[in-house]
Amino acid sequence: MKTKGKVFRYKDNVDTDVIIPARYLNTSNAEELALHCMEDIDKEFVKNVKKGDIIVADKNFGCGSSREHAPLAIKTSGIGCVIARSFARIFYRNSINIGLAILECEEACDHIESGDEVEVDFDSGLIKNLTKGEEYQAEPFPPFMQSLIAAGGLAPYMAKEAEL
Amino acid sequence: MQMTITEKILAKAAGLDSVHPGQLIMANLSMVLGNDITSPVAIKEFPKFGKKTVFDKDKVAMVPDHFAPNKDIKAAEQCKCVRCFANEHNITNYFEVGEAGIEHALLPEKGLVTAGDVVIGADSHTCTYGALGAFSTGVGSTDMACGMATGKAWFKVPSSIKFVLKGKLKKYVTGKDLILHIIGLIGVDGALYKSMEFTGEGVSSLSMDDRFTICNMAIEAGAKNGIFAVDDKTIEYLNEAGAATPVIFESDSDAQYDDVIEIDLSKLESTVSFPHLPSNTKTFSNMPKVKIDQVVIGSCTNGRISDLRAAAEILKGRHVDKSVRAIIIPATQKIYRQAMHEGLFDIFLDAGCVISTPTCGPCLGGYMGILAAGERAISTTNRNFVGRMGHVESEVYLASPHVAAASAVTGYITDPNTL
Repeated sequence: MKTKGKVFRYKDNVDTDVIIPARYLNTSNAEELALHCMEDIDKEFVKNVKKGDIIVADKNFGCGSSREHAPLAIKTSGIGCVIARSFARIFYRNSINIGLAILECEEACDHIESGDEVEVDFDSGLIKNLTKGEEYQAEPFPPFMQSLIAAGGLAPYMAKEAEL
Repeated sequence: MQMTITEKILAKAAGLDSVHPGQLIMANLSMVLGNDITSPVAIKEFPKFGKKTVFDKDKVAMVPDHFAPNKDIKAAEQCKCVRCFANEHNITNYFEVGEAGIEHALLPEKGLVTAGDVVIGADSHTCTYGALGAFSTGVGSTDMACGMATGKAWFKVPSSIKFVLKGKLKKYVTGKDLILHIIGLIGVDGALYKSMEFTGEGVSSLSMDDRFTICNMAIEAGAKNGIFAVDDKTIEYLNEAGAATPVIFESDSDAQYDDVIEIDLSKLESTVSFPHLPSNTKTFSNMPKVKIDQVVIGSCTNGRISDLRAAAEILKGRHVDKSVRAIIIPATQKIYRQAMHEGLFDIFLDAGCVISTPTCGPCLGGYMGILAAGERAISTTNRNFVGRMGHVESEVYLASPHVAAASAVTGYITDPNTL
């Protein structure tokens, strides 16, 4: 699975309240949520994001609330992958469970800037910065996560497990 | 193999003799929780797990508390979705408005969690029940759906940080000040993916309400769970709540920890988290003068009876400053009634506070106290992120009930010792 697009660059501790403010949580409709994605940290995000674009952030991306609406809003907005130095644990779980591609990569976060054109191979973890002509290798997922992702998320994975 | 309390609980739930940090396990769940925001997403996912009904109707809890009583039509639809699912699946522990309260105050109060349990909740503050010697952690809605369908959840066994507490807290210094101090010390990702274990001779002086507050905010340091070992106070609480027989685990003396941090409770001061991170802590010795517009005393962090008593202790015979709106939110119906019977409501009303029905409401900028641009609130809640309680240009300061109440009186963030 690959994604290619323009980078939206954010810093440390992007919390779920800015990813999708709670004032919009009176719905769980993904399209409606996506209209307000990142609104309180970046008003231009929704106007500018295109399918396949990439979010790159520093430490502890997705901290705060357990709302699955956060990765859902990001995924539905068109973002193909989120790369960060680290993810908050519930956001990490939720992303894997709903099939939002996420990667941890210090090197990519050291070099990628806002607006860079980046291509990500989610399976191999190879990140190509087409603007700068650089490549970075993300941490591979543990085998369990890989099988969860390969199954297409938690529901199909558990169904398969039950058959064994 | 030597294990921590968290490792022992997880090993038992996974049917294993031992587990080690980093190990991926599938654990059996004692309780699966959701609220009116997260349950609708889980209910949508539920059919994908191929089960006709929930794994155990007594082991699912649904609590409409965030935007309930319904704040608007969309919220009403979400609460209706939860209510219908609970009826259809005959969920024992569905709590309607009038019986409900803030989930993390309600479940322990109803005796639905006991020591040794493994609990997941589609709410990040599910880590609260670590105060009872249970492993409990926040997850998302898909995990909740999986838990409801199968009674299981996958976990990576966390490594642990041990906080060794000694001494006793000073007057007006509480569990809230301790956990804010710790978050200030280690940062909002200082315990990322880890367990925060609270131990040492200082624990015995902490009330159960203090322990709930401390575990509640473990997530604010990025932790997977916070946990206290069971002592006499825990047993007394569990008995009073009518909880199931506790299964008691203790960390082995030579269990492995990533870090051991000693804290002398007697040296702690009232602590306030400044915008926009819980880790941005200050004490009154290094605090600028901050004018506030609103005070909120409540939430899953600090809406319990001792919190209301603390606020009443400060507000008794005093009045809220004319420039301030003070909102008191007892966390459950039981706490509401108790506060009323103890005369705390008279104190709050005489002081010029409003008293709300139990709800999460303003904590997450839902309703019942939203901030306008440029406004500042001091709040006993748990997060002060950008826009958390309202307008993106508003500010939230996190503090204990004593400090929040003292600030209501003066209109500025105030050390209760100076009143």
